[in-house]
Amino acid sequence: MSDLNAQAVAKYRNNFLKEVEACVEEGDWVKMCIQCGVCSGSCPFGPDWEHPPQELFMMIRAGKREEVLTSSSMWMCTSCYNCIVRCPREIPITHIMHGLANYAHRLGLAPKNQPTRHFSALFWNNIIKTGRVNELKLSLGLYFRDGFVSGIKVGLTMASVGLGMVMAKRLNPIELLKPHGCKDTKGIHAMLKKAREIEDRRKGLTAA
Amino acid sequence: MADQKIAAYVCQGCGLGERLDTKALAQIAKTDGKAHLVREHAFLCNADGVATIQKDIEEGVTHIAIAACSRRAKTEAFYFPAVAMSRANLREGVIWVRPIGDEHQETTQEMAQDYVRMACAEAKKLVQPEGSTTAERNNTVLVVGGGITGMTAALEASKTGYQVVLVEKTGQLGGWAGQLWKRVAFKEPFADPADTGVEAMIAAIQTDKNIKVYLNATIAKTDGAPGRFMIDIATESGSVSQEHVGAIVQASGFTLYDMEKLPELGGGKSPHVVDQAGLEVLAKRAAGGAIKRADGSEVKTVVFVQCAGQRDETGKHLSYCSGTCCNTSIKQAMYFKDQNPDVDTVVIYDDLRTPGNGEDFYRSAQRKGVTFTKGKVSSVEANGSGLKVVFNDLILGDQNATIDTDLVVLATGQVPNSGVNIDPSKLETETEAAAEFKQISILNLNYRQGPDVPQLKQGFVDSHFICFPYESRRTGIYPAGPVRRPMDIAQAMEDATGATMKAIQAIENAAVGRAAHPRSGDLSFPIVRIEGCTQCKRCTVECPFGAIDENEKGYPVFNESRCRRCGTCMGACPVRVISFENYSVDSVGSQIKAVDIPDEFQEKPRILILACENDAYPALDMAGMNRNTYSAYVRVIPVRCLGSVNLIWVTDALNSGYDGVMMMGCKHGDNYQCHFVKGSEIASQRLSKIDDTLKSLNLEPERVQNFEVAIADIERVPQLINDYAAKIQEIGMSPFKF
Repeated sequence: MSDLNAQAVAKYRNNFLKEVEACVEEGDWVKMCIQCGVCSGSCPFGPDWEHPPQELFMMIRAGKREEVLTSSSMWMCTSCYNCIVRCPREIPITHIMHGLANYAHRLGLAPKNQPTRHFSALFWNNIIKTGRVNELKLSLGLYFRDGFVSGIKVGLTMASVGLGMVMAKRLNPIELLKPHGCKDTKGIHAMLKKAREIEDRRKGLTAA
Repeated sequence: MADQKIAAYVCQGCGLGERLDTKALAQIAKTDGKAHLVREHAFLCNADGVATIQKDIEEGVTHIAIAACSRRAKTEAFYFPAVAMSRANLREGVIWVRPIGDEHQETTQEMAQDYVRMACAEAKKLVQPEGSTTAERNNTVLVVGGGITGMTAALEASKTGYQVVLVEKTGQLGGWAGQLWKRVAFKEPFADPADTGVEAMIAAIQTDKNIKVYLNATIAKTDGAPGRFMIDIATESGSVSQEHVGAIVQASGFTLYDMEKLPELGGGKSPHVVDQAGLEVLAKRAAGGAIKRADGSEVKTVVFVQCAGQRDETGKHLSYCSGTCCNTSIKQAMYFKDQNPDVDTVVIYDDLRTPGNGEDFYRSAQRKGVTFTKGKVSSVEANGSGLKVVFNDLILGDQNATIDTDLVVLATGQVPNSGVNIDPSKLETETEAAAEFKQISILNLNYRQGPDVPQLKQGFVDSHFICFPYESRRTGIYPAGPVRRPMDIAQAMEDATGATMKAIQAIENAAVGRAAHPRSGDLSFPIVRIEGCTQCKRCTVECPFGAIDENEKGYPVFNESRCRRCGTCMGACPVRVISFENYSVDSVGSQIKAVDIPDEFQEKPRILILACENDAYPALDMAGMNRNTYSAYVRVIPVRCLGSVNLIWVTDALNSGYDGVMMMGCKHGDNYQCHFVKGSEIASQRLSKIDDTLKSLNLEPERVQNFEVAIADIERVPQLINDYAAKIQEIGMSPFKF
C-alpha cells in the first residue's frame, strides 16, 4: 500500500463517498446521481466497460473503494461528452471519470498495464522534463512498451515512415540526444512543484 | 290527451334542403306523425326560425318535433323550456353519414322519413318535467373527519357562506398531519421540510362561527337524501345529537398498512424497526435535537425501506403504490441530516416516485448527503444492539448486500378508511385483519344497499375516475383525500376544496330538485305506478346509486334527490311501472314502432341501434361530422344509459320486423367508463339472458348484439355498423315482417 493510499484510508475510514468528494475532480457530484442509466446507455464504449459510470457511482456510494480505484473502467473514457450532454441531473460525468482515473493513479492503485494509463504517464513525464513534448522520445517510448525486442520490431516496421518524416523535416533525430526545451525550464519545474503542493494541501494528502 | 298540440319543423339549412326531399318529410310529419302543424324553414336555428317556433308556442303548441340537426347541436337556439321537445337527427344522423349520389338517394330519404316519424311519435309521449315536489334546502355541509382534508373542507365551505358540522373520531383535530413533526416541502425552493400548519388551521376552525365541531364523535346513523340528511352523531360519552345537513364530505382518511404483516422486514419484531408514523413520533420527541431510538440511544445510521408491503405481486400485501411514501422518506431522512450531517441515511428504493415538486425535494436530499440505493430488501434481522438489512442491490447485482444500521423505517402504504365493504366480492385482498377492519362503518347509511359508499377492489371509494372524480356512488356524499386514492397533504387540500364545491352544488341542486352529474340540471325523476308494482325488488337492488329504499311492505321508495336519472330502474322493471316524464318505456317504444318496416321482398333490413347518450351517441355524431358513412338501414335511438334499456324494447323491435338490434354502451368492468357506473354492466347481464327469448321466437342469437363503444370511436363505430349490416344481410331477413 502506497503512503498516499494509507493516508487516505486512515483519513476517510470507510466513507469512500466523502473521500471521492474531497479528492476527486468534481467528486461532489457523485451523490447527485439518480441511477437512471442514461450515461451508461449513451456511452459508445459502454458495453466494453466493466463498470459503466452509473455503476461506478453506485459503487462509490456503497463504499467499494478497492474495486473502484483498481478498476480499468474510468480509463476507457474517450471524452466524447455524450453522457454530460444527456445526464438529466447535469452531472459532469466525463470529468469525474478523468478525476477518478487521476486519483487512482496518484494512489498507485490504477491497473499497472492499462494502455491509457501507460500513455498518460509517458506523456506527462515527457512534457514536464523540458516544458515541451519531445515527440520522438514519446513515440519511441511507446514502441518499447512491451520490451526491447518488440520495440526493435515495431521500430523497423515504422522505419520508412520515420525516414520520410526526416526528409520532410518533420522529425529531427538530434532531438533524441539533445532535446530542445522552453526558455525557462527551471521556472516550469518550479511552477509544477508549486501546483502539486497546492493540490496536495487542498486534498489533505502529502506526497512522501 | 286532448289538449296536445304537436308542431313539427323541418329545417332546410346545412344542406338538408339539397340532399333531402323536405316537402315529403313535411308530408310524413302530417300524415304519419299526426302533427297538427308542420312548417318547413330554410334556416331553422336563425333568429327568424326560432321566433317562428316561439310564436307557435305562444299560440298554443304544447309539443314540438324539430327535424334538423342532432339533439346535441344548437341547444341554445332550440331552448323552449315551456314545451316538450323531440329532435330528429337529419344532419349528423342522415346526410352527413350517407354518400351523395342518386343510387343512395332512396335509402337516405327513407332514413330521414323514419327519423321524422320517430320524432313525432316521441314528442307525443313526452311531458315537460317541472321538478320534484319533495325538494328541500339545507345549507349545512357535514364533514366526516377532522384531518387536513376535513379541516380544509370545513374552512372552504365556511368561506363560501355555508354552515359546517365537523365530526372527528378522536379527541383532537389534525388527524395524520397533526402527528407529523414537519411536512414535505410545498413551496419554492422545495428544499427543506416545512411546518405542517395544522395548529393555524385548528385555530381558524375554533374561531369560525360557521363551523360546529364534534370531537370524540362518530356517525351513528345517516338517513335521508341530499338536502335533507338526518345525522345521528354519537359521542364517546354516550350522548347522541342529531344534525340536519344538506350534503356530506367524507374525509375519513387512511391508516398505515400494518407493519406487523411484514415480519420478514422486522415489522413488530424489533423496537428499532418503525413505520413512518413511528419515526414521526421519534422526531417529535427529539424536537429538532438528535433523534433517539426507543432505548434512548442516539441514531447514527438509519435505513429507509421503500415499498414495504406495497406494489406487491404475490397477493399478500397492497398491490398499489401509495405515491407519497418516497417523499415522506426523503423528508424523514432530512430530519437526520439537517440535525447532524454525519448520520448515515440510506434510502433503499425500487423506483423512486416523487410527484408534484418532489423532484426538487429529492435533489435537495441528495445535496444534503442522503444516500439512495436501488434495491429490494429481503430481510431485516437483529444484529447485536442494531439491525442488519439484507437487500438485493439492483445496480451492482449483489443479491446479498448488507447494511448495518441502528434504525429501520418501513414505508408502508396508505389503506383507506372507507368503512364497510358492501360488495364483498370486489375486495382484492381479504386478510383477516382487513376483514375485521371492514366491519366498522363510517357513515352508517340507513340505505337499502348498505351502510357505506361502494368501494373499488383496493378498498378506495368508487368514483368515475376520469370524468367525475369527486362523485361517489351515493349522491350528495363526496369522498375527499386519501379515502378516495392515496395522496399527500397538498393533494388532499386540493381534493377537499373540490369535494366541498361538489357538496355545495349538491345542496343547490337538491334545493330545486335538479339532478347532479352527469344529467346535471335534469328536472325529471322516476315516477312509479305503485299499484302495478310486484315488489320484485329489482330496482332497489340494481340502482347503482342506492337511491331506492324499500318500505316495510317491500315496495320501492324513491329518494329523488339521491337519483342520478340514469333510468336503470326503468330498464330493470319487469312490469314497466317506472318512468320519467320525458323518458319512458313508452316514449322509446313508440319510436321503435314508428319506423316503417319494408316487407321481406324489398330486401331492406332495419337495424335498431340503442346508443348511450353519453359516449356512443356523440361518437355517432362525430362520425357524421367527419363524414364517415354507414349503412342506411340503421335507426338510432339515444338512451340515457344502456342500463335504462328495458328488454321489452328489444322484444318489441324483433316482433315488429326489425332484422337486428345493436346496443351501444360504455366499457364496463374494473376500468368502467359508464357514466352511471353499473348501467352498461347491468345491461350486458340482462342481455345475456335474452338468448332464450330469441330461441322461443325462432331467431338467430346474432340478431341482438351488445357493443362497447367509447366516445373517441369515430372510425370504429361506422365500421361496427357496416359489419353488422353485412352480417344481417348474410343471415337473411327477419321472418317477422308483416
